[in-house]
Amino acid sequence: MGDTRTGFARRWDKIKRSWYKFSKNPLSIIGATLLLIIVLIAIFAPFVAPYPEHAGSFVDFPEASKPPSWKHLCGTDVFGRDILSRIFFGFRFSLAMGIVVISLTAPLGVTLGLTAGYSKGTWVDTLIMRITDIFVAVPPLVLALAVCSILKPSVFNAMMAISLLWWPWYCRLVYGIASSIKNEFYVQAAEVTGSSKLHILFREIFPNCYGPIFTKLSLDMGWVILIGSALSFVGLGAQPPTPDLGTMVADGGKYMPDQWWIAVFPAFAIMFIVLGFNLLGDGIRDMLEVEEV
Amino acid sequence: MADEILKIQNLKKYFHTRRGIVKAADGVSFTVSERETLGLVGESGSGKSTVAYTIMGIYAPTEGNISFKGEDISQSAERRSKRYKKEIQIVFQDPGSSLNPRRSVKQIIEQPLKVHRLTRKEDINDRIEKLLDMVGLPHDYMYKYPQAIGGGERQIVAIARALATDPSFIVLDEPTSALDVSVQAKIINLLIDLQREYNLTYLFITHDLSLMRNMASRVAIMYLGKICEVASTVKFFQEPLHPYTRMLLSSIPVVSEEEENLKPKKIDSTGEIPSPVNVPPGCSFHLRCPERMDTCMSNDPEMVEWEPGHFVRCHLWKKE
Amino acid sequence: MRLLDIQNLHVNFDVYGGTLKVLNGVNLYMEEGEKVGLVGETGCGKTTTAKSILRILPMPPAKIGGGEIFFEAEDILKMGLRKLRALHSHGISMIFQDPTASLNPVFTIGYQLMDTIRYSSVEEALSRREIKRRAVSALQDVALPDPERIIENFPIQLSGGMKQRICIAMALASRSRLLIADEPTTSLDVTIQAQVLKLLGQLVREKDTSTIFITHSLGVVREWTERVYVMYAGGMVETAKTAELFRSPIHPYTQGLMKAVPKLTGEGIALGISGRIPDYRNPPPGCRFHPRCPHVMDICRKEQPPYFNAGDTHQVACFLYRE
Repeated sequence: MGDTRTGFARRWDKIKRSWYKFSKNPLSIIGATLLLIIVLIAIFAPFVAPYPEHAGSFVDFPEASKPPSWKHLCGTDVFGRDILSRIFFGFRFSLAMGIVVISLTAPLGVTLGLTAGYSKGTWVDTLIMRITDIFVAVPPLVLALAVCSILKPSVFNAMMAISLLWWPWYCRLVYGIASSIKNEFYVQAAEVTGSSKLHILFREIFPNCYGPIFTKLSLDMGWVILIGSALSFVGLGAQPPTPDLGTMVADGGKYMPDQWWIAVFPAFAIMFIVLGFNLLGDGIRDMLEVEEV
Repeated sequence: MADEILKIQNLKKYFHTRRGIVKAADGVSFTVSERETLGLVGESGSGKSTVAYTIMGIYAPTEGNISFKGEDISQSAERRSKRYKKEIQIVFQDPGSSLNPRRSVKQIIEQPLKVHRLTRKEDINDRIEKLLDMVGLPHDYMYKYPQAIGGGERQIVAIARALATDPSFIVLDEPTSALDVSVQAKIINLLIDLQREYNLTYLFITHDLSLMRNMASRVAIMYLGKICEVASTVKFFQEPLHPYTRMLLSSIPVVSEEEENLKPKKIDSTGEIPSPVNVPPGCSFHLRCPERMDTCMSNDPEMVEWEPGHFVRCHLWKKE
Repeated sequence: MRLLDIQNLHVNFDVYGGTLKVLNGVNLYMEEGEKVGLVGETGCGKTTTAKSILRILPMPPAKIGGGEIFFEAEDILKMGLRKLRALHSHGISMIFQDPTASLNPVFTIGYQLMDTIRYSSVEEALSRREIKRRAVSALQDVALPDPERIIENFPIQLSGGMKQRICIAMALASRSRLLIADEPTTSLDVTIQAQVLKLLGQLVREKDTSTIFITHSLGVVREWTERVYVMYAGGMVETAKTAELFRSPIHPYTQGLMKAVPKLTGEGIALGISGRIPDYRNPPPGCRFHPRCPHVMDICRKEQPPYFNAGDTHQVACFLYRE
């Protein structure tokens, strides 16, 4: 009895199975939905924000520091800018920061981790892991602060600073898995048959690291955004009038507790992004689990 | 007389660990002729898997040499020429981890084909289907993943993978130990058919002596890194000489009276199998041997050919 | 009163794409002092049965679909938590297949063994010295040399055979009335297996513990048990006194198994049993073995066979023996 399904049918079945695994935990769906909403808002910000022009330099002093109302759902800040609209645009910066940092650091960290793990016990392993140790020893926020205070404070520099310190964690994560997998029979089977090192690293070992890597990726998005916000909070990230969530919390802090809405709503926005990614991360981990039948 | 295809001389493989030197294989010598099945029997710590992996090149020998079809291959697989990686293949013990759970059966079987560039891209699917036919699996298994198929079928896929490069010599490291008896029967019969049809030579490793009785043409038994006895299968089971061989044979659980009567008198095994880090002095088996003599405690016996084709390494069987 | 009486047990598992109807009316009983074997291949439901007796199946996804498990006339499936805990501490104990996985690697043997003893004798409120004494005595019972030193060892320092003996000691230290041994010697070397089997036999005799010995090895069952159940796809297909079963196996599955075992006589290996174990999501109707049976008849495809008598204590679930 042959498999008469087309390649498409097979792929669709795989997708359905993955969805089943993902959706077993309702929280994962909540996280995914939350993130989907945030991403859509970020992409379509100019169209969905009630006052898109408020995202940049804008002043309207008569409307300044107004509490939440039907006209301004999250109130206005001291310049009269609609906070909800600024939050929508703020999502763009936060997500961009997360994506840029992760896309720079994850591939580098994973590749180094695979190489070091597979060469465990040789000088390659020692070299890579000691370099990793050096980077790990420095607290990210501190280095980011240092870098940003030397260079001009900007979102770009903040992202570079964070990237510098982010890759070692991927390296370590993958190193652990790779060094234990390399003794599995299927890796030895590939070696014995003469497969290239590249094949073994990326086609045999790497796919078995998907779970932890993707989980970490999604959690990291939350962390990077928090650290970026922290940098902005101390003035080293996005500069005004950029509608960055961290900056908004920082500025709004001065007006607590009377004009609480100026800081509190952006803070919630940060919380929702991080929460969304965390819940999504759990779901992805479930989805990537190898099923035992 | 069939030609020698594999010859191992004084093979030693020592591992240096924190607890000391593990003499996993300590002076192993045997030959395998074309188209025969040499059985390698032993319990944990015997070194049988070490010997297998050294032949494959997963380990480089510490001392001694291995020659295949007359050519010396006593290096690790990295150093060997690609030709030998095609000709010598292995089927591993644990079906659970001998196939990558993240790769489909098709990807697993096509890998050796790709490495050795044995087929053109357009023909790969055909070749895989032929291989699946050879081992009796339906074509739709190509797209399955290892977890979706049973342990026996995973081993069959591993056999198909080994056959992909058209090898002449296959090492089978306990291929059915983790499998049920009915599945084992299927696989053993498959292996026997394949051997006949494709003129394969097997090095068959197992601890199951009943299986060995039906599979091997000659048997070698190992204990703590050394060979104790080598003989043709019939001689091995009818006239076992070494006390360890007899102990092993008498401990096998069998399913019929007939078989009970074939077993040597029950020798109660005592004591633990020593670890290869702490090999006892003299004959490594003397601590558990019911026939221990004084000389056994200090002198390691030499291998002696007691009768043509029947070798034994024991002070009891010495030619004067 | 029978010590253990499983009647018509059904157990299902909820998975992706449906329900696995694993146990399909399991019937098994034990009298006191018996050594009963449960033999079957991977996936037939032996471990599921064992875990159901102890009620340690993960409850989602597992679900009891019906049936009773009577232990000393009380239904285990209906027991409250306190009774269940008492059952675990000194009613029934279990030895698992892999001794390395059964022992916690970060605690000493003594710690784990003494814990077991303490929990199983909670009412007696033993002193530490007495617990230690019992621990040493338990290790001596399983013929471990130098028990005082082993108590201080960690599992990683011991061999497989020794670890399994410790698991046996732990199981017997709680003085249970029923011991379930799930493939206790499968992961051991042949000579060590012989030793452990002999030891286990002595111990269950001395302590008068009834034992269920689960395995897929027919040879071990023949050596060790007095009565046997052969299990296939969630049901018992044949049961008899051990000697009787090996002398004349009559169920087609049992016969297939016997033929597939490699024999020391060197007569070659039979072809095995054609087909595969059924998909529990859609098990075949009627007799679950019928798709693989060389003697299949029409009725086999429609109805599930009950036990038919084929001699004193020999029963077989096969329509071939309906008279």
